[in-house]
Parts: sequence; C-alpha cells; structure tokens
Amino acid sequence: MSNAVSASKVRPALDLLYSDTEQALAGALDDLLAQRCAPAAVLARTEQPEAYDVALWKALAAEIGLAGLLIPEELGGAGASCRELAAAAERLGAHLAPVPYVGSAGVATATALTAAKTATRPGGGQEAGIAADLLRRLADGTVTAAVAVTASAMPADTFPAAVQLSGPQPGDAAAGIFRLRGRIDSVPDALPADVLLVPAEGVPNGLYLVEATAPGLHRVPVTSLDMTRQLCDVSLDGAPARQIAVGASAAAALDAGLVTGAVVLAAEQLGLAQRCLDMTVAYGKERRQFARQVGSFQAVKHRLADLWATITQARAASRYAAACLASDDPDTAVAVALAKSACSDAAVTAAQECVQLHGGIGFTWEHPAHLYLKRAKASSVTFGTPGAHRAALAGLANLPAPA
Amino acid sequence: MLDEENAPAKVLAQETELRERVLAFLADHPPAQTPRDDFLAARFDAGLGYVHYPVGHGGLGLPRNAQPALEEELAKAGAPDIDVRLNVIGLGMAAPTIIACASEEQKSRWLRPLWTGAEVWCQLFSEPGAGSDLASLATRAVRDGDDWVVTGQKVWTSLAHHAKRGLLLARTDPDVPKHAGLTYFALDMHAPGVEVRPLRQLTGEAEFNEVFLSQVRVPDADRIGAVGDGWKVANATLMNERVAIGSSRAVAREEGAAGFAAAAWRQHPERRTQDLHQRLLKLWAQAEVSRLAAERLRQQLAAGQPGPEGSASKLIFALLNQELSGWEVDFAGTDGLRYDDWTMRRDASSDYARGPVFRYLRSRGNSIEGGTSEILRNIIAERVLRLPAEPRADKDIPWKDLPR
Ligand SMILES: Cc1cc2nc3c(=O)[nH]c(=O)nc-3n(C[C@H](O)[C@H](O)[C@H](O)COP(=O)(O)OP(=O)(O)OC[C@H]3O[C@@H](n4cnc5c(N)ncnc54)[C@H](O)[C@@H]3O)c2cc1C
Repeated sequence: MSNAVSASKVRPALDLLYSDTEQALAGALDDLLAQRCAPAAVLARTEQPEAYDVALWKALAAEIGLAGLLIPEELGGAGASCRELAAAAERLGAHLAPVPYVGSAGVATATALTAAKTATRPGGGQEAGIAADLLRRLADGTVTAAVAVTASAMPADTFPAAVQLSGPQPGDAAAGIFRLRGRIDSVPDALPADVLLVPAEGVPNGLYLVEATAPGLHRVPVTSLDMTRQLCDVSLDGAPARQIAVGASAAAALDAGLVTGAVVLAAEQLGLAQRCLDMTVAYGKERRQFARQVGSFQAVKHRLADLWATITQARAASRYAAACLASDDPDTAVAVALAKSACSDAAVTAAQECVQLHGGIGFTWEHPAHLYLKRAKASSVTFGTPGAHRAALAGLANLPAPA
Repeated sequence: MLDEENAPAKVLAQETELRERVLAFLADHPPAQTPRDDFLAARFDAGLGYVHYPVGHGGLGLPRNAQPALEEELAKAGAPDIDVRLNVIGLGMAAPTIIACASEEQKSRWLRPLWTGAEVWCQLFSEPGAGSDLASLATRAVRDGDDWVVTGQKVWTSLAHHAKRGLLLARTDPDVPKHAGLTYFALDMHAPGVEVRPLRQLTGEAEFNEVFLSQVRVPDADRIGAVGDGWKVANATLMNERVAIGSSRAVAREEGAAGFAAAAWRQHPERRTQDLHQRLLKLWAQAEVSRLAAERLRQQLAAGQPGPEGSASKLIFALLNQELSGWEVDFAGTDGLRYDDWTMRRDASSDYARGPVFRYLRSRGNSIEGGTSEILRNIIAERVLRLPAEPRADKDIPWKDLPR
C-alpha cells in the first residue's frame, strides 16, 4: 500500500521469541513465586492492612535482581533491557504477586533513567546527579519508588497539572529545596514506595523527588477494585522536594516512564491471561456434569480455543513492544499501542471466561478467579484503556479521525 | 546479557555461500539469453528452486528463511521467477506432502514440473457426503493388477480445470473403521474417466469444480504412502494447507486486507464517521498484531521450535478478512451496493484487488475452505489444549456399517 506507514516495507524482523536468559529468569521466578505467592496467601493478604507483600518484593528486588533489570551495570543494575523486564512481568502477572514491580522497576526506573540522561539545565547537572543516586539505591533494592500519576495516565498525555510549586520557606533556595502543593488521586504502586517522583506544573514544568517521610506528604489508601495492587490518593501540602528534571527533559522522562509502564503492564496481563486459560482448561478436564467432563462440551471448547488464539496474538504484540523498546526502534509508539490494547483485551476476556467456565465456584470469594478478574479489569484501565491506545494509532498510522 | 552464541555468524556464512552459488549459477545461465522455462528448470536442478526442498529435488535442505537471500540475488539480475498464484495447491500442499511422504522415484517425477509451474495440482478430498468429516469419504479405489480402479465424486475442487494432477484420497477398505481404510494417490487429471464440471460460487465465477471419476485407472506407482495410510498422509497435506492459508511468508504492514481498508479511509475523507473510525482502528490493530503473530510463528519454525500457533493463524486470518471487507462495504456507502460483474467465469485464482464487494463475498469462504473455523476450534481444543474429545459413535465401527 502506498503511504508513510508502510514505507518501511518488510523491515528486518525483531526477535519475538524468548531468549535463554529470559527463560532462565522466568523459571527462577516461577519457583520462588510458587512458594511465596500461593493463591491462598495472596487472597489472605487482601484482607490485611498491608496489601503489598513488602518482604516478597525485597526478595525479588535484591535476591533475584528484578529491581535493577533496566539499570546499567555502572549504577549497580543488571544492564538488561525491557525484554527481560517484560518476561519477568509475565510471571508476576501469572502469580498475581502483590509487589510494586510495575511502578518501581518499570515506570519509576525508566523515568529516572531518562532524567539522568537528559537533564540539561545550563550550568546544571545537579538533577542528573540526584537521578543517578536514586538509580543506585533502586538497583540494590534499598529504595522503592513510584511516579505520582493517576492510574489512567498514558504515553503522550499532556503534562499533568494536578501539582504546582508553592511558596518557598526560609533556607529552601540554599538547600536546593522546592515546595509542592496539590493532589493526585488513584496512584498505583505508591503505597509501598520510599520515594515519589512527582510531576509538577510550572514555568517550566518539572519532575521532583519527594521522600515518602517528607512532612506535608499524605498517602491515603483507596479501597481498590484490584485488591492485589492497591491504589492511594496522594496529597502534597508544601512538601519539600528536589528537582530531577525540568522542561522538555521532565516531559521526556515522564513519557519514558509511562511507555515502559504500558509495555510492562501489557506483559503482566499476558501472563495473567495465560494463567486464566490454563486454570480453566484444567478445570474443564476435572469437573464432570452429565456424566462427562465439562471440557468435552463443544460450547466450552470453542470458547477456550478462541481464547487460546487471542493469547497467541497478544503474545506476539507483547514481545514486539518489548523488543522495540529494548532496541529503541522507531516503531515503538505503534508497538506500545498494539501491545497494551491486545494484552488488555486478552486479559479481561481470559479472566471473564475463567469466572464463567468455573460456574458457581468461580463466583466465590474463596476461589482465586475473582482476584484475576479484578487485576485484569483494573490493569486494562491503567496506563491507557485499549480504546485510548487504539485512538493513538489514528495519528501514528495515518488513519485520521473524521473532521 | 543476551549472548546468542555464534548462531548469527553461522547463518551469515551460510547466506554468503548461498549468494555465491546463485551468482555462479547466473553466470552459467544469463537470464537475458536463457528462455524462461529452461532457466526455471535449470534453477531447480541446481538446488536453487526452494532452498528448503531436499538436495537433488530442487533445494539444498536449508532452512526456509534462507530463501529471501536467493530471491534477492535473482531479482537483482532480472531473472524470471515462478508464479506462485498459478499453482497454490501444488506449491502449498502437494509439494510438502510429496517431500514428506512420497518415494524418491515419485519426488523425481513430480517435483520439478510442479515447481516450475508446468504441472498444476489440485486437491481431490471433499465429497458431497464428506466435508468436515473427511474420513467418511466414499470414493472407492479397487486394486486390479498394477493399477487401482477409482470410482466416485469429488466436489469443491479448486483449480481442477487447470490441473495436470490431483491429490486424491480414496477408500481402499470399507470393512475397517473409516480412518483406517483410506489410501492416498496422485491422480492424472487427463486420464480417461476423469470429468471436470465447473461449480459456480456466490461471487459469480467458478474457482472450483465437481470432479466425476468413473472407472479411472491409477497406476500403483502413483500411490503415496502405504495402502491404508491415506489418513496419515492427508493430515500432512491439511497441516500445510492451514499454514499456507494463514500466510507463510513475511509481509509488510498493511500488505493484506487491512491495506485496502486503510487506503480507502485515506482516499475518502468525506465518508468518514466516528463509528467507522473506531471499527477501523480496532481492525487495523488486530490485523497488525496478527501479522506479528505470523512473524513470531516463522521465527519459531526457523529456530526449530514449531509451536501449535499455526492453527490460530488461519482462524484469525478468516475472521479479519471477513470483518475488514465488511467494514469496506459499509465505508463505501452506496458504492458498496454495486458489483463489477456477475458473469460466470472460470478464474484460476481469486483477484482480491477486484473491489470491496468481491472481497466481502469471497472472504466468506475463508472460514470454510481448508477446514471450517468450527473444525479448527475443535482441533485447537483437543490437540493443543488437550481437552477431552466429544463422545463419538463412529470410531470403532467398520466404515460400511456407519449410519448414513
Ligand atoms: C472456496 C472453497 C474452495 C475449496 N477448495 C477445495 C479443494 O480444492 N479441494 C477440496 O477437497 N475441498 C475444497 N473445499 C471444500 C472444503 O474443504 C469443505 O467445504 C469444508 O471442509 C466443509 O465441508 P462441507 O462443505 O461438507 O461442510 P459440512 O462439513 O457439512 O459443515 C456444515 C457446517 O457444520 C459445521 N460442522 C461440521 N462438523 C462439525 C463439528 N464436528 N463440530 C462443529 N461444527 C461442525 C461446519 O463447520 C459447517 O459450519 C473448498 C471449499 C471452499 C468454500
């Protein structure tokens, strides 16, 4: 077809398979999560005050090295890429691990990495130093971070205006301290964070680091649809902050975080979808009605066959997005839109089918199906709904909206 | 972190060697001075037909993904190439079946004219009484000396009117259960007793035919596989058919059905509506993802890890073609109410560029030909997901005693 989009013709293909390293990482994660993250334990935690499993996260972050996957070796990380990050996310999604992986190892880390690379204030470099220092502490798992954006934020959004600079206090300027005021509702993965990265409107806009213990910072837990990734409402009332990026580099850093967030979340949803299919297939072989296994009824089989086909498609989209991001491919924006929309749709369908095809037991609190359903539905809204990502294709693929 | 051993280096060396081989071949057979048929035949004999074919039979036993390098060199030299569209069944189904199941002598006889296009092949599987339930077919083959005598009726046979040979599945033993009594042959379509009658389809023309077989003599030398092994051989054909229909070569973004829709959208701003925009974006994304899934499948095959994902390709391909062409008709407004020509013609293959209405109509067949989408879902459920089979009444009864 003659248009800008396909001018690329058949480009040399990116590797869409799983590398040996990725498979080894996934295997190690599965072993650990099978022990530490059994469905009954995940369910029990949802009724405790600590919705996040901080001990599990510390083990994953430090022992397996998940926190530092994206961080270069010279800053103490693993020097891996978004491919490994996505492969690990699939396993965490399959086990519904209640850990702030997406928010910290994904969104916040990618934001800090870009801030460290691009902070370019004349005579500056101080911001880059703060970001690099944060990355070192993220890499060894001593610190967990979150970007303070509302869950529905997505790549290419306009810079958030929910938080503004407020009047300085005596001594602030000398200490390099800024003050922030504002409120951001429904922030994912911020509850267990030690550090928040807060985008604030100003002239110019900036990205600020706020310690979780800072006076004037409040986090109120939200009773969340996704009980395994609890949201919180964040408010800042003159909270002290340090600037890590300004202007265009702040916008670039935030966007990098949201792009990575969408891709990692898509991979997590892929892992969740596959797990829901596996659980449902297993139940279809076990449960008997009318003196037959219910999985032998064609109405059931065809739905599961369709779901399987949907997941094979979503897997290709997820792998492509991770590969694009890992190699800084010019097609990344398209890849992200495809992956987030395909994987979100697959996950929601899979979780809904899982509930339905388990019958009454699938509707109980005791069975884990509802945890998957809640995670799937909530994640499909987080970092851009499938519809919002497809709408982005209008510009990216030259399919303009009606005038 | 990603150490890929030395695999890429090996592939590169292989590719360099292949390119050198092509250049040497081109020096011996300058395309400008060599007649097309002679060039193609010589190319096949040099192992430069399809490089994944076996050595001595048009190939070099290389992985499929070595082929593009070969074609690139030939294209640069302006060399003639085969027309895949004229022999889709031959290249897509007959050749893989022959390579997998036929004898050396048969490979030598059949593959060369098949590949060059001198002999078109068709597939004589379906019958009026046996479609999805292919194994219940009734066409009989009875042994008579060195020959088999074949009598029966086949239907929906695409390309039979152009074909020199047909992949024939026939019943050689009615006294055993249906899957056990079948044998596979390569039928000479020009043999006495073969009658081909066009069968008109809903698009107006006739791609397919009815084929009547009356006392046709088929030499035993044209039997593929052992007597009674027909079902096994037929499955090799069907697997390849589904892969062929679900796209087996790398394509560019918007090269398929999505390209027609996107081009129409760009050409006609005045026809755009919100509803059509939402539907288009969704279909475009799905088409692009299915292209990536096909690419991933090819990478799996090339890495020697064939997965079952191939069965998803055909299912999704049919669905998308139907949805996209349905969208096109809607987008065309009243132009979508006009058709180019209902005249009965006997085309060799479908020309999808004919227009949106043709595409809409022709794509209805995509979920029927090569195994219906319902049958594909059964196959995925039972062979991929290993869900239990439906209770069946036809497994252990001799074919002749089955209820009809
Ligand atoms: C364009 C076109 C080209 C073709 N070319 C060829 C060719 O070259 N050679 C050849 O041999 N054949 C060819 N065919 C035939 C094709 O393979 C058959 O039409 C197909 O396998 C279906 O068989 P049938 O038509 O007998 O339908 P039936 O098997 O009678 O099916 C009728 C309906 O019942 C459904 N059904 C049947 N069994 C089941 C089941 N177990 N579970 C659920 N649903 C079921 C089917 O999905 C379908 O919807 C072609 C068909 C088309 C449309």
